[in-house]
Amino acid sequence: MAHSTVGVIFSNVHDENIPELSRHRTMASVPFGGRYRLIDFPLSNMVNSGITTVGIVTKNNYQSLIDHLGSGKDWDLARKDGGIILLPPYSDETDKPYTTRLEALMGITGFLTHRSEEYVVISDCDGIAHLDIADIVRFHAEKNADITMVYHEETVPSESSYFITLQPASDGRIKGLKINPKLKGNEKYHLYVNVMVMSREFLINTIQDAVTRGFSSFGRDILTKNVDTLRIYGYEFKGYYAGVNSIQDYFKHSMELLDRSVRDELFGARDVYTKVRDSAPSKYFDGATVKNSLVSDGCIIEGTVENSILFRGVKVGKGCVVRNSIVMQDTVLGNNVQLDCVITDKNVVVRDNRKLAGCETLPYFIGKGRML
Amino acid sequence: MLKKKECVAMLLAGGQGSRLYALTNKIAKPAVAFGAKYRIIDFPLSNCINSGIDTVGVLTQYEPLELNEYIGNGQPWDLDRAYGGVHILSPYQAKKKQSWFEGTANAIYQNMSFMKRYDPEYVLILSGDHIYKMDYAAMLRAHKATGADCTIAAIEVPLKEASRFGVLNCNPDGSIYEFEEKPKVPKSNLASMGIYIFTASKLFKYLEEDDANPNSSKDFGKDVLPAMLHAGEKMFSYRFKGYWKDVGTISSLWESNMDLLGPAPAFDVGDSDWKIHSRNPLAPPEYIGDKAQVGNSLVALGCEIEGTVEHSVLAASVVVEEGATVRDSVLMAGTVVKRGAVVEYSIIDANVVVEEDARVGAPKEEGAGIAVLGRNIRIARGASVAGGQILDKDYKGE
Repeated sequence: MAHSTVGVIFSNVHDENIPELSRHRTMASVPFGGRYRLIDFPLSNMVNSGITTVGIVTKNNYQSLIDHLGSGKDWDLARKDGGIILLPPYSDETDKPYTTRLEALMGITGFLTHRSEEYVVISDCDGIAHLDIADIVRFHAEKNADITMVYHEETVPSESSYFITLQPASDGRIKGLKINPKLKGNEKYHLYVNVMVMSREFLINTIQDAVTRGFSSFGRDILTKNVDTLRIYGYEFKGYYAGVNSIQDYFKHSMELLDRSVRDELFGARDVYTKVRDSAPSKYFDGATVKNSLVSDGCIIEGTVENSILFRGVKVGKGCVVRNSIVMQDTVLGNNVQLDCVITDKNVVVRDNRKLAGCETLPYFIGKGRML
Repeated sequence: MLKKKECVAMLLAGGQGSRLYALTNKIAKPAVAFGAKYRIIDFPLSNCINSGIDTVGVLTQYEPLELNEYIGNGQPWDLDRAYGGVHILSPYQAKKKQSWFEGTANAIYQNMSFMKRYDPEYVLILSGDHIYKMDYAAMLRAHKATGADCTIAAIEVPLKEASRFGVLNCNPDGSIYEFEEKPKVPKSNLASMGIYIFTASKLFKYLEEDDANPNSSKDFGKDVLPAMLHAGEKMFSYRFKGYWKDVGTISSLWESNMDLLGPAPAFDVGDSDWKIHSRNPLAPPEYIGDKAQVGNSLVALGCEIEGTVEHSVLAASVVVEEGATVRDSVLMAGTVVKRGAVVEYSIIDANVVVEEDARVGAPKEEGAGIAVLGRNIRIARGASVAGGQILDKDYKGE
């Protein structure tokens, strides 16, 4: 069934969740887990489910995304038919670039009508999970649903600025759907994880209908208004789900990767594909001390690293003590640097003897390319 | 329209590598893993692409399956090209005769039509069993500057070891007046690296003559090069001063892996000016656990280390459990060293399981040599593999 499914990924939605990391890039290209970008997770889920065509909706700041994706070969998506298809915004004198998800979908009707797959799976880049897309499409077909929305049971509080909760009946049919509801403490709720399936025909008809009626919001004008008339189903995902709604979430979920069970679930059952850089294996010097940490290729470690995540090509000088920190690609730490609860973006240089610290609820963030 | 390639490389990768014993039971020597994430063939292939040579024929013969699969369409080395790129050349049946490659020269001779398709001015002959970084473009410039018919890359070796190599006896201008293949008493310490640039027309001529000669063993070192020298062709040596190691033996393979370690390694694979390209493992970053001690080592992606690792090279997805120790060793991809096991001075091929409390190898100082375990085998719980022992089957102990 998945071979008859085309993927659509929204790269920019939720950029505002972590402005620190998305200032120079899309949400999709936010680095995560030592050697990945957030888009690698939905994209790998799609590829692992047999999807061979994925349209990627972009809006702005997408240079880093283009650089990351290249021809798509690292995801086995450099294809004669389909593969990765970037969908930048369309606008002319009369049209402005899209501002909502529905407007973005209106802008890609050309792409959707030219495909031949029966189903469309639409995913954002704010969730890290190992989803079996083929199973979700199977569920969608079995239920004869118009729309299938994937949800995960969560407990309050949510940091999210925009979110949808679902009230599924026992057969999975969605009876109620709320946008940004007020939630009480410790309440369990069903969070829509921004992955949905529709038939391509239904989606195209829905978009065309929305254009004639002048709708602008997929959530308000289509989902909530039609929850009684449309066959909207909820597919419960019971595995590990990490939603990235803030820098605190980002920090917390990054650190969860140090837990073996999380790693096994995300990486053990199938491969997560990412851009290949041909870095050398990481090098540990005599006197290096590394505990409970993830280390990517190309790192050179002379100092101490604990409870941390090192991205590709990081250098940790002599006498350094790096604790509870996320150190991104090609960051250079001189000698005797101390970091605690710090996130360094790419290409940061921290000179000898500097001491920097944040805390778990407010990690200290150092922007891309800064020198301290 | 006839397109030309100035220089075509021919990489001899058919060798069995019998002195690597259990490591080459099922794979050709150039496919042997090296340096935590590489295979030996990554080095000449990366040298080619870094030198601007984009047309490479890889001649395979012995156990080619894994090597062919590894090279694939050549994309990891940027050698997937519409015109040129990397091509696997295997022995084939022909109308007049059919034969395996008999010697290095015969292997090239049998693929004359491949080279001629590109109408090259020069042909670069390489072998797939050395670890080195070399700019073949600089060697080609030297070949053109001297107007040589054949240029042989050469490196100085200790005189007492020179008898293992082809030895070049040269005039002060670098021209070669004598070539001795593995001489008992070498006259010079300048060893041939098995890297040759030929002016293509001369190569084709001498390969034809060599093939017609019933007394020839069809080898470059023994037959073709001496014949050219004898006929008075212009032959020059090209001095190479960098790191170069033949990894054709267990001890040289071990040493060369260890040469990658330390703050000032004898050989640096992390050199961003001369990247070594390879097919990359699909694995998350390595995880180093709470109880782990990792010192003076190279560790590849996907490893899970909870034990002690010292002075070792660990390839992708190796597992070292808590209480296990790995010292002075090379572990290839997917090998698991369980709780309480000790691995010392060993080379362990891919996907081996060393069960709890087993011992593999003996400390280097004891002089028993390097223990070698072939791929996919299991060393039983508490079993002991002696220093220098070579195994290619499951092992239960005493």
